[in-house]
Amino acid sequence: MDMNLKLKIWRQNGANDEGKMVDYSLSKVSPDMSFLEMLDVLNEQIINEGGEPIAFDHDCREGICGMCSLYINGEAHGPDRGITTCQLHMRKFKDGDTIYIEPFRAKAFPVIKDLVVDRTAFDRIQHQGGFISVNTSGNTQDANSLPISKHAADEAMDAATCIGCGACVATCKNSSAMLFVGAKVSQYALLPQGQVEAADRVRNMVAQMDAEGFGNCTNTGACEVECPKGISLDNIARMNREFFKANI
Amino acid sequence: MALDSKVPQGPIADKWTDYKNHIDLVNPANKRNIDVIVVGTGLAGGSAAATLAELGYNVKAFAYQDSPRRAHSIAAQGGINAAKNYQGDGDSTYRLFYDTVKGGDYRAREANVYRLAEVSANIIDQCVAQGVPFARDYGGLLDNRSFGGVLVSRTFYAKGQTGQQLLLGAYSAMNRQIGRGKIKMYNRHEMMDVVLVDGKARGIITRNLVTGEVERHSAHAVVIASGGYGNVFFLSTNAMGSNVSASWKIHKKGAYFANPCYTQIHPTCIPVSGDHQSKLTLMSESLRNDGRIWVPAKLEDAQAIREGKKKPTDLSEADRDYYLERRYPAFGNLVPRDVASRAAKERCDAGFGVNKTGEAVYLDFAAAFVRYGTEQALIHGDHNPSAEKIDKLGKEVVKAKYGNLFQMYEKIEDENPYETPMKIYPAVHYTMGGTWVDYNLMTTIPGCYCIGEANFSDHGANRLGASALMQGLADGYFVLPYTIGDYLSDDIRTGAIPTDSPEFEEAEKSVKDQINFFVNNNGTKSVDHFHKRLGKIMWNKVGMARNKQGLTEAMAEIKALREEFWKDVKVPGKGDTYNEELAKAGRVADFLELGELFAKDALVREESCGGHFREESAETEGPQKGEAKRDDVNFAFVSAWEYKGEPADAVLHKEELEFNDIELKTRSYK
Repeated sequence: MDMNLKLKIWRQNGANDEGKMVDYSLSKVSPDMSFLEMLDVLNEQIINEGGEPIAFDHDCREGICGMCSLYINGEAHGPDRGITTCQLHMRKFKDGDTIYIEPFRAKAFPVIKDLVVDRTAFDRIQHQGGFISVNTSGNTQDANSLPISKHAADEAMDAATCIGCGACVATCKNSSAMLFVGAKVSQYALLPQGQVEAADRVRNMVAQMDAEGFGNCTNTGACEVECPKGISLDNIARMNREFFKANI
Repeated sequence: MALDSKVPQGPIADKWTDYKNHIDLVNPANKRNIDVIVVGTGLAGGSAAATLAELGYNVKAFAYQDSPRRAHSIAAQGGINAAKNYQGDGDSTYRLFYDTVKGGDYRAREANVYRLAEVSANIIDQCVAQGVPFARDYGGLLDNRSFGGVLVSRTFYAKGQTGQQLLLGAYSAMNRQIGRGKIKMYNRHEMMDVVLVDGKARGIITRNLVTGEVERHSAHAVVIASGGYGNVFFLSTNAMGSNVSASWKIHKKGAYFANPCYTQIHPTCIPVSGDHQSKLTLMSESLRNDGRIWVPAKLEDAQAIREGKKKPTDLSEADRDYYLERRYPAFGNLVPRDVASRAAKERCDAGFGVNKTGEAVYLDFAAAFVRYGTEQALIHGDHNPSAEKIDKLGKEVVKAKYGNLFQMYEKIEDENPYETPMKIYPAVHYTMGGTWVDYNLMTTIPGCYCIGEANFSDHGANRLGASALMQGLADGYFVLPYTIGDYLSDDIRTGAIPTDSPEFEEAEKSVKDQINFFVNNNGTKSVDHFHKRLGKIMWNKVGMARNKQGLTEAMAEIKALREEFWKDVKVPGKGDTYNEELAKAGRVADFLELGELFAKDALVREESCGGHFREESAETEGPQKGEAKRDDVNFAFVSAWEYKGEPADAVLHKEELEFNDIELKTRSYK
């Protein structure tokens, strides 16, 4: 059954514009459409009416690149769990619904245009230690000369599945990035290869996180609920532990 | 210009080592005076940028996304091949080389493929050292799975997110160099043109996608790593922004474009659901390790399923046609991608398709649940488990292996694939064709290199699963950083390349002219309107099966569509601001030229090979009846096209392929 929807969408022409919610109507929305395909159809309608389409970030449209970043009806990535906005389908909504669409909001994520925000703060945190210092040489030791327990490898993998979308920050009342940073710190803290630089890594990444203007963690746990990849709060605990270890 | 592949002399196993021992190097102090531009930051571009910076070059890297971590390499699911022989199942460098050449239907350059196989093991070592969390077994050693078209287990993986983990590895290596200032990263920048000075690639013109500013960037060499051109079909598994423009711009300035018609249609994708569809989603080939592909054996059952009167689980084993196992007993569900895709199309064309559109087949895990469940029960000491217990344990194993893929499927299709078989259909996924490069990965423009999916070199007419990640990282970590030094050794006294030369001036002007044209065109139809129409022509006439009449029509239709596009495209907004429609317009303009060359290339290649199937060239009798028929006498060459204005006027140059180490024979998976 096709649906008719009312949409209230944030429009903001650049970082210095005040911005406002603008109303749109869209008819004949198929429940099989993805949320972003619904926005494609709306944009086609806006273009045909002579307007400027709504800017929003998206790329892979299969939930892995982390580019899409909409705050839908007050929830990062909308009303479904374990998915990104591009994986949200219109069957989650009903005919006649009003849907509010806003950008991911945080001081450290300034709006570029409409629903597009600048998340390069995440990159800058990674520049400060989100790596293991190993050059490409072609004579690195054989991969199997370093056995790693399956348990540790699996846990490191769970932390490493973070897609860097920023839903945790957008969700957090403090705009904290600790789930994101904790996931990266954890991945390396769980692996033997990451031990050598562990102390510097956590100190430097936390310092950059603070410098970017992200807030602190007050253990609400909303980030874990909204995270499309189910990154666990344990990663924040592990980062805190690493941070204490590095500073005593 | 005659094509010189510059393949070194000597036995194939020694070529790369000998070559590296004799090329010119740039000393560390001089590297500081040399700039290299890398366009694209996926596996190939990201790994190249990081390695070049580690070596001491000044790197400028460009990505249209907001971070290098988002390049579409991230979506690769299944794994990465390497000839480690950790499973002791007879793998070797030679066997990986052989499988890749055979899988590519004998249309790849032997020396490049051998080198790829040779460095494959280094990639795994490097990635593990970087902290890439590959899957491991209980002894703590690396685990492997098998992929289509081979008889060994050589695929390393990180759940169903191998591409993500490898890209994050390359991204982390980049981050280390960005932090040190050795890579200057330009996010949200699109390359608009390449700049040639004295015939050499010396820089690029970019557009800042946030501010709209057109910028000049100079360097001593330019590396294109911008991925494939599958989006010429509009619907593909590529990211929405994936495009051919960087490759096409260098093509227009003198780089030959090779084998554009070699396109991989991946057999296991989620079927199209409606006209609103914006992209297609892949289900990893690794699923074919455990899933069995089938359609109903009887037409009336297929019809009943399409009408919703029957469910797949209602059909008994006898009423199911496991057509891959039937046709290809030796490889079964693990035949190469091109073979599996054509077989699905054949069954659906014959009326056995299982969804509303008639274009879907089943991928069924019921047998895997039983197999794994029985094994798990035994491991847990239960020698007489109930069917329910087997089913439960089996599903847990499958979930651990492919959980994210099953979840992805459920979200899109609104069906639980643990309870009912998945529905799949082939979709455009990867392009084997691309910019022609020599053994050094240099294009026909001096100083302009092309790596990863964007070049044509290693996969011939069909790529094997888990080989794209291998090639991207081989090029970026282990090949280009050596070969580029040989070229740059002549530039140690050149000094910084100025950007105020007439060449930069002119290139910038033509870029600005095109931008101004688009925003002032006042047409009536959106960019997507044209892109979708191009995609329909490509899929219907240049898709899984091609013939002379359809290809000739496609060329004329694309040309007409291109003319209509330039007259009637509507691009809202301005040039000097954030403007996604403007960015899309430039990309679609290039697809509208590439599409015609693509059809022309398919028309000229009057044989079937790999992903290119000409209906006129199929076996008509014997055990291979109906299978693709290759013509080695007349077509054992690479088609390299030289730009001459209109795509129809492109001039064909042939690189004859020599097979000294592998015997040319019919590719059989029966």
